[in-house]
Amino acid sequence: MHNKTISELALGLRVGDFTSVELTRSYLDRVSKFNNELNSYITVCEESALQSAEIADRRIRAGEAEPLLGIPIAHKDIFCTEGVKTSCGSKMLDNFIAPYDAHVVSLFNQSGAVMLGKTNMDEFAMGSSNENSYYGPVHNPWKLEAVPGGSSGGSASAVAAGLCVAATGTDTGGSIRQPAAFCGITGLKPTYGRVSRYGMIAFASSLDQGGPMTRTAEDAAAMLQVMAGFDPRDSTSADQPVPDYMAGLGNDLSGLRIGVPKEYLGGGLDADIEASIQLALAEYTRMGAELVEISLPNTQLGVPTYYVVAPAECSSNLSRFDGVRYGYRCSDPKDLEDLYKRSRGEGFGPEVKRRIMIGTYALSAGYYDAYYLKAQKIRHLISDDFREAFKKVDVIMGPTAPSTAFGIGEKSDDPVTMYLSDIYTIAVNLAGLPGMSIPVKPVGGMPVGLQLIGNYFEEAKLLNVAHRLQQETDWHSATPAGFE
Amino acid sequence: MQWETVIGLEIHAQLATKSKIFSGASTAFGAAPNTQACNVDLGMPGVLPVLNKEAVRMAVTFGVAIDAEIGQRSVFARKNYFYPDLPKGYQISQFELPIVGKGEVDIELDDGFCKPVGVTRAHLEEDAGKSLHEDFHGMTGVDLNRAGTPLLEIVSEPDMRSAKEAVAYAKKIHQIVQYLGICDGNMQEGSFRCDANVSVRPLGGPLGTRAELKNLNSFRFLERAINIEVERQIDLIEAGGAVVQETRLYDADKDETRSMRSKEEANDYRYFPDPDLLPVELDADLIETIRSAMPELPDAKRLRFAEVYGLSEYDAAVLTASKDLAEYFEQVAKVAGDAKLAANWVMGELSGSLNKAGLDLSESPLSAETLGGMLLRIVDKTISGKIAKQVFEAMWAGEGEADQIIEAKGLKQITDTGAIEAVVDGVLEANPEQVANYRSADEKKRPKMLGFFVGQVMKQSKGKANPQQVNELLLKKL
Repeated sequence: MHNKTISELALGLRVGDFTSVELTRSYLDRVSKFNNELNSYITVCEESALQSAEIADRRIRAGEAEPLLGIPIAHKDIFCTEGVKTSCGSKMLDNFIAPYDAHVVSLFNQSGAVMLGKTNMDEFAMGSSNENSYYGPVHNPWKLEAVPGGSSGGSASAVAAGLCVAATGTDTGGSIRQPAAFCGITGLKPTYGRVSRYGMIAFASSLDQGGPMTRTAEDAAAMLQVMAGFDPRDSTSADQPVPDYMAGLGNDLSGLRIGVPKEYLGGGLDADIEASIQLALAEYTRMGAELVEISLPNTQLGVPTYYVVAPAECSSNLSRFDGVRYGYRCSDPKDLEDLYKRSRGEGFGPEVKRRIMIGTYALSAGYYDAYYLKAQKIRHLISDDFREAFKKVDVIMGPTAPSTAFGIGEKSDDPVTMYLSDIYTIAVNLAGLPGMSIPVKPVGGMPVGLQLIGNYFEEAKLLNVAHRLQQETDWHSATPAGFE
Repeated sequence: MQWETVIGLEIHAQLATKSKIFSGASTAFGAAPNTQACNVDLGMPGVLPVLNKEAVRMAVTFGVAIDAEIGQRSVFARKNYFYPDLPKGYQISQFELPIVGKGEVDIELDDGFCKPVGVTRAHLEEDAGKSLHEDFHGMTGVDLNRAGTPLLEIVSEPDMRSAKEAVAYAKKIHQIVQYLGICDGNMQEGSFRCDANVSVRPLGGPLGTRAELKNLNSFRFLERAINIEVERQIDLIEAGGAVVQETRLYDADKDETRSMRSKEEANDYRYFPDPDLLPVELDADLIETIRSAMPELPDAKRLRFAEVYGLSEYDAAVLTASKDLAEYFEQVAKVAGDAKLAANWVMGELSGSLNKAGLDLSESPLSAETLGGMLLRIVDKTISGKIAKQVFEAMWAGEGEADQIIEAKGLKQITDTGAIEAVVDGVLEANPEQVANYRSADEKKRPKMLGFFVGQVMKQSKGKANPQQVNELLLKKL
């Protein structure tokens, strides 16, 4: 059952091949069997999941046919879930039971999806390997000594290993796409503003965006259909109509202009990964698409710009974790300053502290113009690069990450090398564009991701382009050994 | 050396919206601690602010009222600092692009002259909660009901040269925001708060170092605090010392200002645009709509009162001091049909009685209609002004409307000439000696002597005889 897509499972539920309770039970069994070695979940909600499944079964018997009704999914532990621990991968929130549901969570609840639990992640979504979690590293089901990518590494490994049908993730600088690439699944970061951020614990507010992590593009379409839409509680949410993503999946690709940035291919890119990407591009030309070489001249400025903007915003966003109202509080504070210093010093991990310090520095009087303001200017330049490119092409393609999943511990001593693993994904967040990663031909037995970048609010086009490749190839249906 | 005082004020006016500036929680005053703080106000993880449009409208209304530049595009910024009553660890405020830019208000000085005072800017921001240090046995309590309450911070130019001018300016802003209905102006509840930046310099010299005075929660404290701070600074400089830039707290009990924190300890607030909020783009229509719906402002009302009702400058100023008083007066004048009479009674008997009882106009036992109804009886000569005081007291005591009281107590003025003549004749007959004295007295002394007879007649008529008729008859008969 755990290798089926959402629409196959939904059909099975409707015709009575199995019930949602049975489906949920089977996923819970897999979670209890594999979570020890993968560490994908921080919290498993067995009781409430089975209750939701029972309710879903009643609704199905009553003839309801919502696409996600009765389908077991998981939420990244960055989304607030009422009455359920919402840790954000941090000791700071280890004791935090959210008093409300994130907008995305309530949408899934209304759709009848069953929440199996909350997935592991880099602390406060800061990381590219999931090694920064207070709950320990997540393991890649393709190779347990390898990282699953980050920060949505728990969701990626859970989907890849069949510990849930689909999961939510969030992407601030590649945190959906890079783990999707490392774990061989499909991940979509929507246009900034497409999915409400209400109840999604903020890392960098102007970059954060929630999205689906699934086995197929079709599943991603079904998930996005539920997540997308205007939310008056998020002022940056876009009041734009949501198209029927499933309906757009059959469109023909002939005449599709695919932009291939010369800065992404060639140069320093690993030759095997490049070959994989070229193979996928060739598949697209076979389907009638046309390849156009384009240039994104400010690509190399993406990482340094991101590492000013994101830490600056996070240094402010994370100020609320002060030990006063909720979350971790140090024992026996001597006075107010001691309370702040020790609660934050003991509650946050090293990467979070590093970024808070970088951000605080970048916003300080005397440095603001040189760092934050300058970064905002470069951000405009990066957006302009894409705007120019989309005058000539319909979609941009390239690698999601410069390598396959690296080993646990391999880069954890060198933050800059770690930061550079997000070189292809970060610019998309800075520009606010939709981006997607889908599996292509593996290298050395490890998954490789093809990144698809679309113009603003063109998720439907991206999903169709991804879906067409998955109709013609079977890279996406590979399953890691031991998790069949 | 001759010293000159330089003062600028920062006024925080709490906007009278029903809900908070970035959440739907109520702004009502006085609820049990932390009962009016929702997830957004508590700074829960994941929550986001949504701007209250009514707060924007109120801020623009203020800007239009002081003829200021209105920021077509204004930006909310985060002011970052840690404090237990600041739930998010930052305050959402405006920094580089405020909603209201340069404007000006006129203040009236004692010598009758008008002086313009520049308003540098006015910006929207959220209030913090309250830290409670009493009753917690060495700990601090935090009440977040006030967190997220909308404030308009109005920053003046350093244009004021005395504590009196500062008070006149503060009162002027107080009057304007109340007239506009955007702030209740209650200083005890903290709805209207002033901070004063005070420095001294040799007359005409370059600006001196300023100290910021806080905790000035009445106009009286504002004036007092500035005066003692000016004295302190002059004494300090004349003794060879120097003023340091710092925040000083005014202690009304000890009548002194004392240092709270110096600039060296001041925070770097690390302002940056709040990425959770879009810039506020005002369309010209909204500004025009606000402009055309602008209520009559204090200055215009004062001039109109003087012109239309023929009141003195002073009376017009007193009666327009608050919108409520002005409206009350106009209603009294309308019912009575005599504006000067209405002005005298509102400013005299009514204000005196309210003061004595410690009541606000809104708590007055007499409605404008009731008071006006009584004045109408003076105008139509049913009662005299003297009897009216009796009627007023009865009305104040809740004995009913003027007509009922006049009827019940038989206070109707006697205007029947025959009846008055009979009393006059009786008085003259009973006092032959005084009559003789009067008749033989010098012309100049007579008016004074007449008073005796008037008094006797009024006494016998129990004050009901029409004083004018009494006068006329006495003169004729004597």
